Amino acid sequence: MDTDMQRRLIEAVAGAVIERADELTALDQAIGDGDHGLNMRRGFEAVLAQIDGLAGAPLPDALRTVGTTMVMKVGGASGPLYGTLFLTLGKELPAAPTRDDIVRAFGAAIAAVKKIGRSEVGQKTMLDVLAPAHDELALGGDGPCGRVGQRAAAAAEATVPMKAIKGRASFLGERSIGHMDPGARSSALMIAAICQVLEGTT
Amino acid sequence: MTNVGIVIVSHSPKVAEGAADMVRQMVGDSVPLAWTGGNPDGGLGTDVAGILRAIERAWSDAGVAILVDLGGAESNSEMAIEMLDAARRDKVVVCEAPVVEGAVMAATEASGGATLEAVQRTAEELSPT
Repeated sequence: MDTDMQRRLIEAVAGAVIERADELTALDQAIGDGDHGLNMRRGFEAVLAQIDGLAGAPLPDALRTVGTTMVMKVGGASGPLYGTLFLTLGKELPAAPTRDDIVRAFGAAIAAVKKIGRSEVGQKTMLDVLAPAHDELALGGDGPCGRVGQRAAAAAEATVPMKAIKGRASFLGERSIGHMDPGARSSALMIAAICQVLEGTT
Repeated sequence: MTNVGIVIVSHSPKVAEGAADMVRQMVGDSVPLAWTGGNPDGGLGTDVAGILRAIERAWSDAGVAILVDLGGAESNSEMAIEMLDAARRDKVVVCEAPVVEGAVMAATEASGGATLEAVQRTAEELSPT
């Protein structure tokens, strides 16, 4: 992947989360411990501080560095979860991935997140966005992203009526119903940012 | 030190330190003990680098049992274990137990020279099933 594209993708993903940090924190205040936006912002600011090195590195190395940075800097459960997602993508993707490579690596990354979170789809987590986005990507469709961005956004909305089974939100039981999951929202923001760059709409 | 070491990981440095004080009162210096709490900025949360340092401080060749409070403490502790050298990785466990009671019970068990497996089992007997 060329340096400029890699830079734009990393900046877009980090920027999308940093810009919406207050919204993510507000979602997390409703059903969690209220630190998701702050934690993710800390992680992605640490990523942006390394942007020149990341943009110039081979894609797998850049992804692994992003993963390690998230693990070390986030400070909440989302650190290991998003860290594992990026570390696994870095481990599975070649330097110049095809669409098939991305589908396979994304699937492996989702499996790794399930393992470290001991979670499955349907428990009101980031997996409820990542899994349908992966399904959509595997379907193909027009352009680099097909309908992946729309599917991810709809999947985040679909966590609103769900009851949380995992994480701090599960302590609330029925009271977690009626709020969007903050991890689902942050996943959808990142996917939308990637699609916008790939489709040249930003 | 031949006794199993104990690491306490809480979102709050005060909780972690307080739990460690209670462990010390119970077992004195017979067990390697370390605590860590707070995110990398010092707010409430947990920090993988801090957990790695705590494992180092409480290291025992008999192993280290980690007691955690809530979700992020557990997943960040598991992440820290994965980042250890292969030779050490298999000698560190996260106990599924209440952090304060678990730490005191685990340390009491460890102070008698129990194996890592026995220390973990004793702590986890406190968990509701």
